[in-house]
Amino acid sequence: MTEPNGAHPQLPSAMPLDAPLDASLGIPIGIPLGLAKRGYSGVIQHLAAGNAGSALSADELESRLIELGFVEGARVEVLHEGIVGRDPIAVRVENVTIAVRRREAMAIIVA
Amino acid sequence: MEAPLLHLALVGTPNSGKTSLFNALTGSRQKVANYPGVTVERKEGSFVTPLGRQVSLVDLPGTYSLRGRSPDEEITRDIVLGRTPGEALPDLVLCVADSTNLRLTIRLLLELKSTGRPLMLVLNMFDIATRRGVTVDVPRLSQALGVPVVTSIAVRKGGTAELLRRTDELIAAQVPHPVQPNLWQPLTVAQLRATQREADRIIAATISLPTRPDTWTARIDAVVLHPVAGLAILALILFVMFQAVFAWAQPLMELLASAFGALGQLVHDTMPAGLVQSFLQNGVISGVGSVIVFLPQIIIIFLFILLLEDFGYMARAAFLMDPIMGGAGLHGRAFIPLLSSFACAIPGIMATRVIDNRRDRLTTILIAPLMTCSARIPVYTLIISAFIPARQVWGFVSLQGLVMFGLYATGIASALGVSFLVKFFMWRDYAPAPFMLELPDYKMPRPRSIAIGVYTRAMMFLQRAGTTIFSMMVLIWFLASFPRPPAGATDPAINYSLAAMIGKALEPLLAPVGFNWQIAVALIPGMAAREVAVAALGTVYAIEGGKEAAEQIGQLLATKWSLATALSLLAWYIFAPQCASTLAVIRRETGSWTWMWVTFGYMFALAYAASFATYNIAMALGAG
Ligand SMILES: Nc1nc2c(ncn2[C@@H]2O[C@H](COP(=O)(O)OP(=O)(O)OP(=O)(O)O)[C@@H](O)[C@H]2O)c(=O)[nH]1
Ligand SMILES: [Mg+2]
Repeated sequence: MTEPNGAHPQLPSAMPLDAPLDASLGIPIGIPLGLAKRGYSGVIQHLAAGNAGSALSADELESRLIELGFVEGARVEVLHEGIVGRDPIAVRVENVTIAVRRREAMAIIVA
Repeated sequence: MEAPLLHLALVGTPNSGKTSLFNALTGSRQKVANYPGVTVERKEGSFVTPLGRQVSLVDLPGTYSLRGRSPDEEITRDIVLGRTPGEALPDLVLCVADSTNLRLTIRLLLELKSTGRPLMLVLNMFDIATRRGVTVDVPRLSQALGVPVVTSIAVRKGGTAELLRRTDELIAAQVPHPVQPNLWQPLTVAQLRATQREADRIIAATISLPTRPDTWTARIDAVVLHPVAGLAILALILFVMFQAVFAWAQPLMELLASAFGALGQLVHDTMPAGLVQSFLQNGVISGVGSVIVFLPQIIIIFLFILLLEDFGYMARAAFLMDPIMGGAGLHGRAFIPLLSSFACAIPGIMATRVIDNRRDRLTTILIAPLMTCSARIPVYTLIISAFIPARQVWGFVSLQGLVMFGLYATGIASALGVSFLVKFFMWRDYAPAPFMLELPDYKMPRPRSIAIGVYTRAMMFLQRAGTTIFSMMVLIWFLASFPRPPAGATDPAINYSLAAMIGKALEPLLAPVGFNWQIAVALIPGMAAREVAVAALGTVYAIEGGKEAAEQIGQLLATKWSLATALSLLAWYIFAPQCASTLAVIRRETGSWTWMWVTFGYMFALAYAASFATYNIAMALGAG
């Protein structure tokens, strides 16, 4: 348990070293997983639980996402989506499949 | 000196096989199924290690952390931290992991270390991991984590041998325990993240990734979770289930029914006429027998549910149903508790412990009894087979099965409707709760565990028939037989009995919904358990019928009731709050009498309204 990351997930300095960087600019890029289509695959850049509009508080949502394995650097793939508004989605996180609603998935920034 | 009893606890992420291990070690038969959140209570058992140490083992609900965000997770946290009154602090915590998915458990294990409890990591489901080509450097993993690590296969004979051997070694090495302080504190987000990264680092150094990933699960999910095909398959599964309940069970049921008929006849022919003969023939055989004939139906419905649970379909069904559940204002995790309520509302209500939010949990508890539980099957089947013709519609669908399906569907629709109204009127200012659920890999259902599951359910049903239903039958037989008719009476004897007096007193209340006094008599003991109503009708009509009592109750009803009355009773049973044990569990789980009475009241009102409407519409359409 070394790096004191997590305090400011938006700041590039707190980004995990293994996250892909935009080659030209050297800063992280990303979209919310909540907007990803079926078949999308990428790596988690950071969590932005405050912006998700979930019923949970930002801290609680972030804790739950981490507990299910959504941490920086984890590989994710959108496997399935529901019928109404393409919601919820089934996401492969490393080697587990998790069903989440898109609203909560907005907190997961991937690239 | 006798060695003190040792306390072991099973802790781990949901669906990692804790209960399977518990069953393997203690020889118990606790419920195991392939979805997260099966165990919601603490269960205790005991076993003796190979070296002869007496061990008490507790099985606990699965959890991803010790934060205790829902009632089931609190149970686990409190046991591990020694906060449960009257419960010993575990001497050794077995942290159970699904070896195909170690990330989350190893993070949990790192958190558990701060509690100061001696720990052992159990890499369960090692058979599946091996098949996938996962290799674990057990000694290095153990060294990196600082705790002993063993592999295990909970569902295979001898699959726990290594676990037992290491437990003995640990006991030998650790008495007396080195006392470690409990430094556990709820993890902050930053600590949680750091712990997960530490876990990932350890995994990268000691465990190889699967070389043969699970392609079956992906292939099946491509069909089963397809937005359109998936919903069609879900509907098809439910449809086939209810068709099967009728089509497959019918021959067996008839066999059982004629066996009980013959038995009744035998008693009638061999015993001298009188009270004892009447008690055996009308009270015991007609009453209890009329419930037991539904055993085949119960078995079929549980067979379907158990197969789906073990295969891993339940979590998928929850995924498919999420938009509908969300639309009705229900928590995404309410699906599995509601589905369990098809078997019985009691485990369903207990399973709501996985719901973290109190309001969401209450809503789910309120509507769980509207799901058609297996105790309603006898009532539905009896009336359907007596009044709905056994024809095929559209060439291949049994009309009786279709009506049954309709009754289930009405139950589900009203549950969703009630939930919607509750949310709308009581808790309007309230954002939808999130839905996050692990979808486990499919597993081939194991015939042995299915057989045990079906057997357990069948025995429970028979046991109820032998205890609750039997004692109610004795009561009803008594009420229907005493006082004896005056000498020279011309009416059937039952018309002079206590039962008739009670029934006739209630009749005016129930006449608007088309119920006669015999139904009124059956509804009251039906409070003990819904099936009792069937048995009570069996007894009341058997006593009334006198000689022809051996005749089957269904055929008898068809001649005594109008179609409108029959339909009205079906409608009544969709809603009627007729189960004392369900009400007691609601009281216990909500911790308040209020919610119990609210449930009773609203269901009663719905039942009356639905029966009233059904009866009057049916009468208007000429079904009188
Ligand atoms: N192949 C295999 N399957 C296993 C093993 N252990 C458990 N299972 C299966 O895994 C599923 C989950 O098992 P459970 O024992 O219910 O898991 P649990 O940890 O008690 O789950 P919760 O009570 O929900 O936390 C079931 O389908 C079991 O049959 C194992 O060692 N090998
Ligand atoms: Mg369990």
